[in-house]
Amino acid sequence: MKYHKEIFEIIFHGRGGQGAKAAAEIVAQAAVSEGKFVQAFPNFGPERSGAPTKTFVRISDKEIRNHEPVVDPDVVVVLDETIADSVDVTTNLDKNEALIINSKKSVQEIKEKLNFEGRAYPIDANGISMEIIGQPRPNTVILGKFVQVTEAVGLESVKKEFEKIFLGKIGKEATEKNLQAIEKAYDTI
Amino acid sequence: MTTANNKKNRIALTGGAAAAEALRQIEPEVMAVYPITPQTPIIETYAKFQADGEVETEIIQVESEHSAISASVGASAAGARTVTATSSQGLALMNEILYIASGLRLPILMLVSARALSAPINIHGEHGDVMDARDAGWIQIFSENAQEVYDNTIIGMKLAEKAGLPVMVIMDGFSTSHSVENLEILEKDVVKKFVGEYRPEQYLLKIDDPVTFGPLALQNSYFEFRVDQEKAMKDSKEEYLKIAKDFEALSGREKNYFESYKLDDADQAVIITGTAAGTAKDVVDKMRKNGEKVGLLKINLFRPFPREEIVGALKNVKNIAVMERAISLGTYSPFYADIASGLHQEEKNIPMQQYIYGLGGRDIFAKDIEKVFEDLAENKISKEIKYIGTNK
Repeated sequence: MKYHKEIFEIIFHGRGGQGAKAAAEIVAQAAVSEGKFVQAFPNFGPERSGAPTKTFVRISDKEIRNHEPVVDPDVVVVLDETIADSVDVTTNLDKNEALIINSKKSVQEIKEKLNFEGRAYPIDANGISMEIIGQPRPNTVILGKFVQVTEAVGLESVKKEFEKIFLGKIGKEATEKNLQAIEKAYDTI
Repeated sequence: MTTANNKKNRIALTGGAAAAEALRQIEPEVMAVYPITPQTPIIETYAKFQADGEVETEIIQVESEHSAISASVGASAAGARTVTATSSQGLALMNEILYIASGLRLPILMLVSARALSAPINIHGEHGDVMDARDAGWIQIFSENAQEVYDNTIIGMKLAEKAGLPVMVIMDGFSTSHSVENLEILEKDVVKKFVGEYRPEQYLLKIDDPVTFGPLALQNSYFEFRVDQEKAMKDSKEEYLKIAKDFEALSGREKNYFESYKLDDADQAVIITGTAAGTAKDVVDKMRKNGEKVGLLKINLFRPFPREEIVGALKNVKNIAVMERAISLGTYSPFYADIASGLHQEEKNIPMQQYIYGLGGRDIFAKDIEKVFEDLAENKISKEIKYIGTNK
């Protein structure tokens, strides 16, 4: 049972260097811009490029004092579906809780493969990202789906934070393409 | 009231970036830097401010932590407002010079992202490194979260200069230094005015009134130097409270030697500091809802140790658990030993259990802390040290 019912808790699963931390930070800063309280922190394991990593986000209307790692999430986001082969990504995800996974598989296929009875939301984030950005950038694209599924933060806040963090780094054109990709993921069924 | 509670000043930063933000507003004259995990975000963030022309601090890149603190000693003795930062092995390597900085009464501010000491090698959070430096004549202030890191950095800079002693502002490695959390920041001019201009009475570059720093002191005078140093340390306690209260008035955030959380009518009390104190407060609230009389005392100022005040706050509790994130091999850990001596002086015989948790970054959960309170309530108290979340 969750210790903190009033705190919305998210785990991002990615591989070192894949941008799970950036995705988590965008969600957190978007929530801050909406006047909410947040925590965003990596699971402090040995981080190596390519190794599975976990990043945690908490969002609440009240001050967050708890500093445990997130163990009982409300939603899990998986940026690379091969992680599910070695990590149990659905741990403590109940029937009414959500798994968002970067995959071409169908809902049924995901549920069967992971033996998961909750709400599964596969999204072809690599495909959308290749089509619009021309590079595999699943971490930001999947945020569109995250917003659609959870409504934990608004789409506009997420886009604004993306721009704030990335405009200076990747330039106007690439930023706009990323924003389009986020929108496309938000619009997927 | 200032703009402190203005929502536009509410942002989210890592603890490391929160320290750098406070330093940006203070704008020290010299910062000696050497990278080490998990401290590096502090100096990295600050170096960016300097590279972007936001601050005019002289950043001295050195080849080791021993040199970082040595350069800080030189800069501070020369009369410059000086800061540095480190962790773990870095702090251990500084050890020799820590004593020189405090013996020379140099008001250096050092941010410490507290981390385990080797061997075995471990880069994660605990308080072993700062506990190793607890007798070195540095004022030590612990922080629970990014907000407190920001606040304590500002308080610490002013305190160092008012007390004429070096100050360590401590955050938990990773769980604070690398965690993004909300905080409110003050306006830069408000911070600058609060800290004030640094005008040392004596310094090496005061060439019209030359002084000697660090002369030889043998059998006939060394002892007195050390006794004077102890007096300065003792006096800094009042100075800390004065500055902390002034900062409280400015920020609207309560500051004191320690935080008493629902302790007044508590039967079972936990002593704790750092990030785990936040988790423990949630546990207290949950257990209070079930009618259990539990409370906690979170240590902020650790050196000088506010012994009488802490014992005063604990005088009516039935049982105490001291939860520490450091191990003193061969005896009890520092909080336990310091509090036990205080209780003894006041002739208070309150059963007290020593717990050690979180060494080398081991996770601590709310349920672990709940179990501590439950064990206290059942009078499960012994002389044996209990290790939380281990197979020991």
